[in-house]
Amino acid sequence: MSGSPTAEWPLWEVFVRPGRGLSHVHAGSLHAADAEMALGNARDLYTRRGEGVSIWVVASTDIHASSPDEKDSLFDPAADKPYRHPTFYTASEGVPNL
Amino acid sequence: MTPQLVSATAPNGADHAAVPSSRQADMADMADMAEYLLWLGDDALVSAQRLGEWITNAPELEEDVALGNIGLDQLGQARALLSYAGELLGRNEDELAYFRDDVDFRCTHLVSLPRGDFADAVVRLLLVGAYSEQLYAALTTSADERLAGIAAKAIKEVRYHVEHAAGWAVRLGDGTDESHRRMQDALNRAWPYLDELFDPHPLTDHLDGIAVDPATLKEPALQRITAVLDEATLTVPATQRVAGGGRDGRPSEHLGPMLAVMQVLARAHPGASW
Amino acid sequence: MHGDHAPATSAGPAGPAEPSASGQSSFDRVIAGDGRIEPRDEMPDDYRKSLIRQISQHAHSEIIGMQPEGNWITRAPSLHRKAILMAKVQDEAGHGLYLYSAAETLGASREDMMQALLAGKARYSSIFNYPTPTWADIGAIGWLVDGAAICNQVPLCRASYGPYARAMIRICKEESFHQRQGFEILLTLSRGTPAQHELAQEAVNRWYAPSLMMFGPPDADSPNSAKSMAWKIKRFSNDELRQRFVDMLVPQAQALGLTLPDPDLRWNAERGHYDFGELDWSEFKAVLAGQGQCNVQRVEHRRRAHTEGAWVREAAMAHAAKKAARQQQSARGAA
Repeated sequence: MSGSPTAEWPLWEVFVRPGRGLSHVHAGSLHAADAEMALGNARDLYTRRGEGVSIWVVASTDIHASSPDEKDSLFDPAADKPYRHPTFYTASEGVPNL
Repeated sequence: MTPQLVSATAPNGADHAAVPSSRQADMADMADMAEYLLWLGDDALVSAQRLGEWITNAPELEEDVALGNIGLDQLGQARALLSYAGELLGRNEDELAYFRDDVDFRCTHLVSLPRGDFADAVVRLLLVGAYSEQLYAALTTSADERLAGIAAKAIKEVRYHVEHAAGWAVRLGDGTDESHRRMQDALNRAWPYLDELFDPHPLTDHLDGIAVDPATLKEPALQRITAVLDEATLTVPATQRVAGGGRDGRPSEHLGPMLAVMQVLARAHPGASW
Repeated sequence: MHGDHAPATSAGPAGPAEPSASGQSSFDRVIAGDGRIEPRDEMPDDYRKSLIRQISQHAHSEIIGMQPEGNWITRAPSLHRKAILMAKVQDEAGHGLYLYSAAETLGASREDMMQALLAGKARYSSIFNYPTPTWADIGAIGWLVDGAAICNQVPLCRASYGPYARAMIRICKEESFHQRQGFEILLTLSRGTPAQHELAQEAVNRWYAPSLMMFGPPDADSPNSAKSMAWKIKRFSNDELRQRFVDMLVPQAQALGLTLPDPDLRWNAERGHYDFGELDWSEFKAVLAGQGQCNVQRVEHRRRAHTEGAWVREAAMAHAAKKAARQQQSARGAA
């Protein structure tokens, strides 16, 4: 029989730095009993084709994320500040090096 | 089969009487060199073949991927070593892998033991890995540049294999009662075969500066192994060694059946390409 | 809250509630605008369930699919082929893991998905219930089965659910070598000795029709398709993809010097496609219903590996707990 399901290994999020000069990027997740195993598994799972030069693993439960419910209050206020973007300023059009 | 080509002794038959003595020495060196490459290549190939049996059988899917990676590293080492041996013997890697009988293989008994449970896999990876780690580290300075190059690539791979095995040895040794018992049992099963890896052999004397005297690897390898076993709360077995003889054409009983499976298709179509 | 992986239990046994009115309208807007739904967005319960079903079936297929090919790792006829096959089967484990990981962002737990597979409650692609008696089957699986899988999967790279689409992009990138190596095996056999050529032809004869059935039943009999297409999980119908696949196969078979076992296969200039014969769906249904040669064996193999590994998984957890306790103790000691 398949036996009683044992406690599942916890989930880890994997971030891979694809090359020097680049940030770590979320690659996916995996299961591992401890951080050392998570690093090894991440290496075998997400860098089999030389996709990375560095790996971070973070226990999924340690990630704190913004909630979609707060999306409006977190991100909408930034939408009405066009003066933060260079394209807002038209007076300098045609003037060199500006 | 031409077993005399892979004999450990220099060819000295009547055919060679006409050969100038310096060439005779070269040929003797070549045969010795090929023989040594078979030691290493066959250990790697047979280890890879056993790991291949693990794929789809690992205790967790992530470990299927990990064991696959280790097996692929070992297979890569085997191919580099057997290709080199093959060039010296006038045969290619596949002729050496698929068309030699078990008595023509030169692997140690430890690598050909049956697959066993996951504890057996971990123990074997640790013991063979600790030996290989010392071996390839020493061979990076071999006077034979091609072998030194193969060793330089292999040492990086083997260090990772030992780390992987050590991690598991500690988790299982210091895990549950059952895992501790299984690890200790597996260790007891494998331990009598460990000494063969370090047996001195006249061949390495013939290849002074090129090959490594296995006996010199024993102390550092054992240090590494016992450090891991300590952390894993496992006991070094007090068992006696068994006879061995893998390097001299006296293979374990398990090698024949393994090769029967490995070679069955290639031998059914001699001369075919794949 | 915990990023993309909400604890599986938070949804409760009944599953997450239907989205609020504003959640539903934002979901509809994203789908209509060809955008991507992300894990913590509100989504209709049906969409979530349908995705969990599809992604976990897909993951199970990768994992079960390791077996027919794994069957030949120890007997691969050259070291070169052995290395390629090991890497390929290993990739399949990897692909299964990417997909389980995507399904887990929807609140499914891997252990639950695995238990469903082991209990025979979850489906996987029927194609893997066919046996691989000869080495040529490894070529035929690569060329036909992986070929069909790629046809199916490329459009899934644009599936509306972000984690699924991202997993598929990674998988498609890695799978391109799988089909090519299968083609290469068959080509070498086809051009090899007469016995090898025959092995290749015989394997293609066995795998051709089952690979066409991998696209699923004809559109008229595919109850879930319409909804999946409306949600932009699926982008093309079963029959469209099947036609595309057949059109690709014909010139490839010619290059291989092998024939496709269908007397009705011919070019239709009017349609600009190949016409092909009726498929025997009764066989498909029988295999789906558990009567394939290997249905029992495949699930049993996975169950045995999972059961035999239980002590290892438990020990790893026990060790992690011990280590954490020791660290805590030494931290307390130091304080």
